Amino acid sequence: MSAPFRTHQGGRPDRARTLRFTFDGRTYDGHPGDTLASALLAHGVHLTGRSFKYHRPRGILSAGPEEPNALVELDAGPGRREPNSRATMVPLRDGLLARSQNRWPSLAWDAGALTGAAAALLPAGFYYKTFMGPGRAWEKLYEPLIRRMAGLGRAPAEADPDRYAQRYAHCDVLVVGAGPAGLAAALAAARGGARVILCDEQMEMGGSLLSQPGTRIAGLPGWEWLEVALAELRALKVRLLPRTTAFSYGLQNMVSLAELPERAEGPRERLWMVRAARVVLATGAIERPLPFSGNDRPGVMLADAARVYALRYGVLAGHRAAVLAAHDSGYEAAFALQAAGMEIAAILDPRAAPPADLLAEATGRGIRVLAGQGVARSLGGRRVTGLISTGGERIGCDLLLMAGGWTPSVHLFSQARGALRWDAARDAYLPDTAPEAVLCAGACQGSYGLGACLAEGHAAGGGHGAAPGAQPGREPSGMPTAQAVAGAAKAPMAFVDFQNDVQAKDIALAVREGFRSIEHVKRYTTNGMATDQGKTSNMVGLAIAAATLGQEIPAVGLTRYRHPVTPTGFGGLAGRHRGDLFEPIRRAPLHGWAEAEGALFEPVAQWRRARAFPRAGEDLHAAVLRECRAVRQAAGIFDASTLGKIEVVGPDAAEFLERLYVNPWKKLAPGRCRYGIMLREDGFVTDDGVVGRMAADRFHVTTTTGGAARVLHMMEDYLQTEFPELRVWLTSTTEQWAVIALQGPKARTILEPFVEGLDISAASFPHMSVAACRVMGIPARLFRVSFTGELGFEVNVAPDQAPALWRALMRAGAPHGLTPYGTEAMHVLRAEKGYIIVSQETDGTVTPDDAGLSWAVGKAKRDFVGKRSLARPEMRRRDRPQLVGLLPRGTVPQEGAQILASPGARMAEGHVTSAYWSPALDRPIALGLLAGGRERMGQTVYATVMGGAPIAMEVTDPVFLDKAGERVNA
Amino acid sequence: MSMRRFSLLSLAREALRGHSGWQPQWRSPPSPAAAYDAVIVGGGGHGLATAYYLAREHGMRRIAVLEKGWIGGGNTGRNTTIIRSNYLFPESAALYDHALKLWEGLSRELNYNVMFSPRGVLMSAHSVHDIQSFQRHIHANRLAGVDNEWLTPEQCKAFCPPLDISPHARYPVLGGALQRRGGTARHDAVAWGYARAASALGVDIIQNCEVTGIRREGPGGAVSALETTKGLVRTARVGVVAAGSTSLVMAMAGLRMPLESYPLQALVSEPVKPVFPCVVMSNTVHAYISQSDKGELVIGAGTDQYTSYSQAGSIQILTHTLDAITEMFPMFRRMRMLRAWGGIVDVTPDRSPIIGLTPVPGLFVNCGWGTGGFKATPGSGHVFAATIAKGEPHPIAAPFNLARFETGRMIDEAAAAAVAH
Repeated sequence: MSAPFRTHQGGRPDRARTLRFTFDGRTYDGHPGDTLASALLAHGVHLTGRSFKYHRPRGILSAGPEEPNALVELDAGPGRREPNSRATMVPLRDGLLARSQNRWPSLAWDAGALTGAAAALLPAGFYYKTFMGPGRAWEKLYEPLIRRMAGLGRAPAEADPDRYAQRYAHCDVLVVGAGPAGLAAALAAARGGARVILCDEQMEMGGSLLSQPGTRIAGLPGWEWLEVALAELRALKVRLLPRTTAFSYGLQNMVSLAELPERAEGPRERLWMVRAARVVLATGAIERPLPFSGNDRPGVMLADAARVYALRYGVLAGHRAAVLAAHDSGYEAAFALQAAGMEIAAILDPRAAPPADLLAEATGRGIRVLAGQGVARSLGGRRVTGLISTGGERIGCDLLLMAGGWTPSVHLFSQARGALRWDAARDAYLPDTAPEAVLCAGACQGSYGLGACLAEGHAAGGGHGAAPGAQPGREPSGMPTAQAVAGAAKAPMAFVDFQNDVQAKDIALAVREGFRSIEHVKRYTTNGMATDQGKTSNMVGLAIAAATLGQEIPAVGLTRYRHPVTPTGFGGLAGRHRGDLFEPIRRAPLHGWAEAEGALFEPVAQWRRARAFPRAGEDLHAAVLRECRAVRQAAGIFDASTLGKIEVVGPDAAEFLERLYVNPWKKLAPGRCRYGIMLREDGFVTDDGVVGRMAADRFHVTTTTGGAARVLHMMEDYLQTEFPELRVWLTSTTEQWAVIALQGPKARTILEPFVEGLDISAASFPHMSVAACRVMGIPARLFRVSFTGELGFEVNVAPDQAPALWRALMRAGAPHGLTPYGTEAMHVLRAEKGYIIVSQETDGTVTPDDAGLSWAVGKAKRDFVGKRSLARPEMRRRDRPQLVGLLPRGTVPQEGAQILASPGARMAEGHVTSAYWSPALDRPIALGLLAGGRERMGQTVYATVMGGAPIAMEVTDPVFLDKAGERVNA
Repeated sequence: MSMRRFSLLSLAREALRGHSGWQPQWRSPPSPAAAYDAVIVGGGGHGLATAYYLAREHGMRRIAVLEKGWIGGGNTGRNTTIIRSNYLFPESAALYDHALKLWEGLSRELNYNVMFSPRGVLMSAHSVHDIQSFQRHIHANRLAGVDNEWLTPEQCKAFCPPLDISPHARYPVLGGALQRRGGTARHDAVAWGYARAASALGVDIIQNCEVTGIRREGPGGAVSALETTKGLVRTARVGVVAAGSTSLVMAMAGLRMPLESYPLQALVSEPVKPVFPCVVMSNTVHAYISQSDKGELVIGAGTDQYTSYSQAGSIQILTHTLDAITEMFPMFRRMRMLRAWGGIVDVTPDRSPIIGLTPVPGLFVNCGWGTGGFKATPGSGHVFAATIAKGEPHPIAAPFNLARFETGRMIDEAAAAAVAH
């Protein structure tokens, strides 16, 4: 198969090898080194997409990441469909499958193009002015219709099977952009001994050198110098990252790069987060299109893009080109294309007096220059066939090139909070000063000559001596864009934002309607909000807005440059954090045992906890009843390892806890425990847990499972900011201690034979004791505590020893009826005893008194976190919701049910916080927060039922079982 | 000034003459008048709505809105546009449902299509605790007459097909709370629609006008004038609606506000054809997502951990957000982030707003909307306007008084449900 638009020789692609690819069902060929766009152009294919709003046929506009038109769907099999890919940035590979999008039934014949016929009715912002009725017509009729018309490609339908990676890196110098300026910077920095990372978004390094084979640097032909330079950089151990876009510039020189590695077997994308001592931006510049009628017709292209296709890829984008050159670079493109074999029909230069040297050269080359003329409109259908000049002349061509001047790529500099200044001579915003350690070099600061680029790069890289030399180029000039766009607002179909179909007249309309800020213009017209992020449209739009307002461009302002610089894949940003690695599940040391026992698990914070251990034929409810009964009648064994643990150590440890918890701690004797309550500054309960004093200067603090990190964070926060004078050190020990709870009347009998060096009889080791000892020979901290109301112990041992101890206890306990129980039985058992669970009985609005825990508050304490808030009048009201027990009649209410004073009441007086079937009482029980509840004992209240009659409940004391505490103290 | 009605007919008429007849949607006087009956500081949605209702419902005519930048450029234009009213406490439900009812007729009220789209807001539950919390909300909402319903995982999947309800997910979906009346709206249109309607009622909207000082006089120290970058403006009533900058403005009157300002980020994907029919919020997984009319997936991220006035958050917040989104919706992994941005949210100790009087006579404040103020815009403006006009709190606004941080009568939605707004 021949590629009719491929030049006979030249260009970077490796012509010795052929790659086959498919676009819209047709198979084409190309070469390694081609992009999808260059390979399509080699076959004369310009029509590659349809625009967003009017579904107009669109061709390839550019040769880079700024491409607004040639967006295609890539399909690499199930889960590997990728919408909105810029054909100009897709490296060609064998078997590549691409499709056009946003068209039906075909790219050439798209029914959606009917909207183009109605374009007069659909100016910028038309949707704000209509579709408001009747009735719900907006959401029922118009909105679904608009949604179907909008969008571009199709979202992937299946989960993506590919891998993604992330890396952090540090370096002395990060160079962004591997054109001449970037290469010179990297060379200078690396020669000076710096650790350097050089990245470039293109598949090949070299930037503009890739399309300048004829240039000479340091005495060598450009491409040869490039080879030598890259070889030297490799030798100097510079990390070279081609196919890598620096897309985000964060605080303190943290730059994020998205790499699309070439190797098929590696990750599909790699996110680099680079902290650089210094950043050199050599990001180049982007050519501006020009607005005229039909400037969006396939075959209308940026002039420099056509030059790049010819010289870098060996592809002529047409046979006969007309060039609209408002800037000198249009001439350079025309001369280069002519040299590559393209016929130049004419150069139309809107400037009345184009530079004499260019005119002379054009004349010498036999190229007609129409000075003082622009393009009135393009001619043709789905491909350009010619143009009418503003002078009324018809010129035939199959390629119409636009050279509207250059926009330096200041995105990253701006993201670095760099200030921009308007440079009238270069007709552009240029980098000024930045708070970060960042330097710019080359075209991104308006320096377009090769010599200047090399010199600036060399200097930015910290180079000494002379920069790699090149012929000084001529200083280019152009017609200011604000002049070049004059009259465009009156022209039909003169596009500024090609993808979003924003016309010059739309921008004028927005200004006319009072949208004066450029941010307003952008939002009202959607100019610059397409997937190209306004790379080709922002400055042109700004110029039209300024012209309409009769102001200078700098007076109109500039829209903010936001990250990412170019759209960046979700997959790479998420990296490996998926599936098992998305917040990895934390598993307690006994998790495996529970799993083998067939436990039902529930997610609790980052953990999975065994909820119950159902036996064959048991459902959750039956298992929970059995487990509860076993604990009450014999003994249960429970994995409490997920409880948070913090070791609080230091001479001021007691004083620190005194300030953090409501309880008094100073008089707590070593070897004793206390139930601690922690408040937030606002006086509401935020966490609780048993705290054991191991020594005068050492506390073993436990927290709730979900609160561990939060409590440690809060402690550190106070220690570092409020109480820095305290000599206290905090260590998270959650994962250093596995905790096995033995609860029930037989607990001591079972445990006693295992304990060495400690008498755990009731007399010498009463409730709320703690001691270091050995259990089955294993160093342990043994707590005598209970969350069930039964005689109970919690054995803390090193996690790797826990499974053996657990099994030994199970064996020894079996004759006594020892039964493993899960979190659900634990919840029931503690509710029978009226013990609260923070975040179930409390919700961030509950004071210690509300929860019936006033007894725990150290009344004599001078201060503690939250104390002042507790003194506020609202916190002392007697009608605050207070914890009560509830005895529902008949059925168990839903947790969260609202409590009513009468069945038909419309105002809630509280809510049910916990509700269970109590095996001990053989009836439903509940806990709730009820307004003034402690004074309402014996009253009947009602729990709401979704879609049913409320459940009557008797208000009672929250302790349903063993009020005297005989069992727990046994 | 009369307002030219927008309609299909007016569009068609203008189409015939190249849309040359459209007038500015709101008047933009270059500088404020010397005196006003009331001045609103802050030209976001809440401020513009306040001005509109002051003019429309309270007959005030000499009103100005002073905006230091461009209207709607703060959090109004930076949020993820989620609208719902299924808040737990009756005070909040009353406020947000008041707003929701206004949303339902807002396009026609303003004659500006704000594209309110009640596509349903589904909050997914991933733990037993989530279930308890959401069911508590549903019980409370139904009692208060606010719609909210419980869905099983299968019902969640039917309502939102992209949702992964596999029990093997890291945080399996155990059910969800659905408010069908909830949805989204077009944020910019809300600011512009209110501005246009307010301007038509005589309100002066002054952009690029920063307040630099608050003058007070008399024994009570009442507000007498505002110093601005465009001159002195005399007025006896000032309503401050400045979101993240509120603490700075109030400090000019010597008031220290119980606010902390944080950067909050959001992002959109490249546009795609309709794929996501509703709004899904998962507080456990930290994923908030919907799809705009344009086709972009609109994704809410979290706040930075530290206070700041910088409208740029850190990249880690975004990567973490996309971890969560692609975990819940694995088919979106090949989508691309098109644009990300930050706003400054002003957060109160109880995560509920402050609407009402201040210790300075004539100075009113409406702030503290934190991460969830957009949904309240019409209701907030409506009750704040009444509060300013009458000099006493509107009944719906009354519980949200500034004094509650001294009395302790908090309305702590976030703590109550561990729910982002």
